[in-house]
Amino acid sequence: MPETIADIRKVTKIYTLGENKIYALNKVSAKIEKGDFVTIMGSSGSGKSTLLNMLGCLDLPTSGKVLINNTDLSKLDDEGLTSLRRNNIGFIFQQFNLIQTLTAVENVEIPMIFNGASPGKRRKRALKLLQRAQLPPEYADHKPNELSGGQQQRVAIARALANNPTILLADEPTGNLDSKTGHGVMELLRELNQAGTTVIVVTHDPRMEEYSRTTIRLQDGEVVNENP
Amino acid sequence: MRIPDPLKNNMYAELARRNLKRQAVRTVLAAIGIIIGVIAISSMGILGNSLKLSVTDSFSDIGDKIIVSPVPGEDFITDKQVDQIKKVSNIESVIPVISGGEIVEYKKGGTTIQYYVAVYDIKKDDLDKLADLQEGRHFKPGSTECVVGSSIAKNLDLKLGQKIEIDGSNLRVVGILKERGLGFDINTDSGVFTSSEMYGKLYPDADEGYGTVIVIVKDIDKIDSVMKDIKERINKKDELVTVFATNSITESLDSVFKSISLFLMGIGSISLLVAGVSILNVMLMSTMERTKEIGIMKAVGASRRDILKMFLLEALFLGVIASTAGAILTIGGSYLIMSLLVKNTSYLFTLSSMFYVVEGFFFGIATSLLGGMYPAWKASMMRPLDALRYE
Ligand SMILES: Nc1ncnc2c1ncn2[C@@H]1O[C@H](COP(=O)(O)OP(=O)(O)OP(=O)(O)O)[C@@H](O)[C@H]1O
Ligand SMILES: [Mg+2]
Repeated sequence: MPETIADIRKVTKIYTLGENKIYALNKVSAKIEKGDFVTIMGSSGSGKSTLLNMLGCLDLPTSGKVLINNTDLSKLDDEGLTSLRRNNIGFIFQQFNLIQTLTAVENVEIPMIFNGASPGKRRKRALKLLQRAQLPPEYADHKPNELSGGQQQRVAIARALANNPTILLADEPTGNLDSKTGHGVMELLRELNQAGTTVIVVTHDPRMEEYSRTTIRLQDGEVVNENP
Repeated sequence: MRIPDPLKNNMYAELARRNLKRQAVRTVLAAIGIIIGVIAISSMGILGNSLKLSVTDSFSDIGDKIIVSPVPGEDFITDKQVDQIKKVSNIESVIPVISGGEIVEYKKGGTTIQYYVAVYDIKKDDLDKLADLQEGRHFKPGSTECVVGSSIAKNLDLKLGQKIEIDGSNLRVVGILKERGLGFDINTDSGVFTSSEMYGKLYPDADEGYGTVIVIVKDIDKIDSVMKDIKERINKKDELVTVFATNSITESLDSVFKSISLFLMGIGSISLLVAGVSILNVMLMSTMERTKEIGIMKAVGASRRDILKMFLLEALFLGVIASTAGAILTIGGSYLIMSLLVKNTSYLFTLSSMFYVVEGFFFGIATSLLGGMYPAWKASMMRPLDALRYE
């Protein structure tokens, strides 16, 4: 029996805007197995990012439970959530979210700094990861605003891999890229998945489905079907 | 647990440095606030301290003396009373002093210079206890020789062997005393010391006693008990003498200057307070601007403590750099002002003046840290998602 790495149990997330209650997620349940490649699909506003943020320990549900590695997130304090984010999860954002004051390689070093890695070691590893994410080495010392969108996304991927995460989360990683570059990114994710990382990708793009083994379809905050 | 690695902090330091550099103008403005605050606090302290030093320096007494003088109405202190004083324990020596004010006449070239001096009749051993000889020797008992104070020697341009005329008698200068400064006992700098016989000739109908008795105590801590003892012995029946400790003046001077320093530094503190508010403002703006960055840091594994550390380090950097600049400017500026206006910089490089510089330095850093505390705390408490969404 495969190991469950993320367990979502009747998760509801309600945003209250004045009188209005918005159910971003409504009693969503799903189990994600270790080593799986999952795509979360659905139209805009269906709650994909909300769900991914919860898996990334960036957000907590209004009700219901999220378990990562059998740990209930609601039972963790800041230190606990931080350590989970730091050691088990790699997050790739749609907007890249690189730190503008730092160079490409330093951005990749950041998670390792919080992990206490020595400067020499983390620099070496960061350069290796950039190479793995296929950023040409001459760009390692460039600041994010000197890089193209695709290059920035590669830096973001390298950063997500910094602490060797067991789960890699990506929120529309190809959304800001042309289809060819997007394809390259998806190939990279597949490669990582084949190496054993659990990959969860939010996407609009139906073509991305071909990479995944499992698809979670959301509509208005509810799971519409979950194919095996 | 993670072991804090000194090398790891390099990157925090690097981050702090870059963030300060990123907003160079704002950083400089905040630093100027701190610099002014540090300068204000330490220069006010130095000012108060220099005032104090310049006043206390002109007094020679360390305060180990007790002055016994007759109460108004009593003309002198009798030999019997002196004997009574001598019986008090913890006394090093008792020096009875007879003195009178005189005009000295001194012929120089064709003109006669007149100068007001105090003439003393003190035993030569006792004089040794009050002031040292600069040159020459002491007067011989029974002779017409005299020893003069340094300011007399200077003002009258006296050399050893010259003669001064007092009240028609000629006295030969055989010794000149070292400069001692203002005292509460007797003023040796403007005194003429001569033998009892000579003094008797000058003042044939002088009183049968002493004008003052100077008591030197063995141990300055015993000064109060000695004073009490003397009063008890002599003023048993009637109030005959007043007893006064020289250290009481230095003590009260000390407290006066302490309050002056405190007041001046209070003024300095206000400018540091303003600086603190400006740091608070700068750091608050910087946390707002970097909200998204904080969100990213948290998303990739920064804990609240890490964020807090980063922002506090930034405040610390700012504080240390600005305070160092402030301290250097204070020392440099004070040196310049003192050497130009007072032409004496010795008060600046004293331990007590430097203490105020150090104090200003640490106040500057503390202010910076305090100002940075709230913004740092606020940054650390941001929820990662809210921070990430912030535009
Ligand atoms: N901070 C918020 N405050 C209020 N409503 C929110 C907030 N975040 C999300 N929502 C609402 O929750 C719902 C789900 O949002 P979510 O971002 O998960 O959608 P999504 O599926 O990722 O959409 P997209 O594909 O456009 O990124 C939307 O209706 C959105 O308006
Ligand atoms: Mg989204």
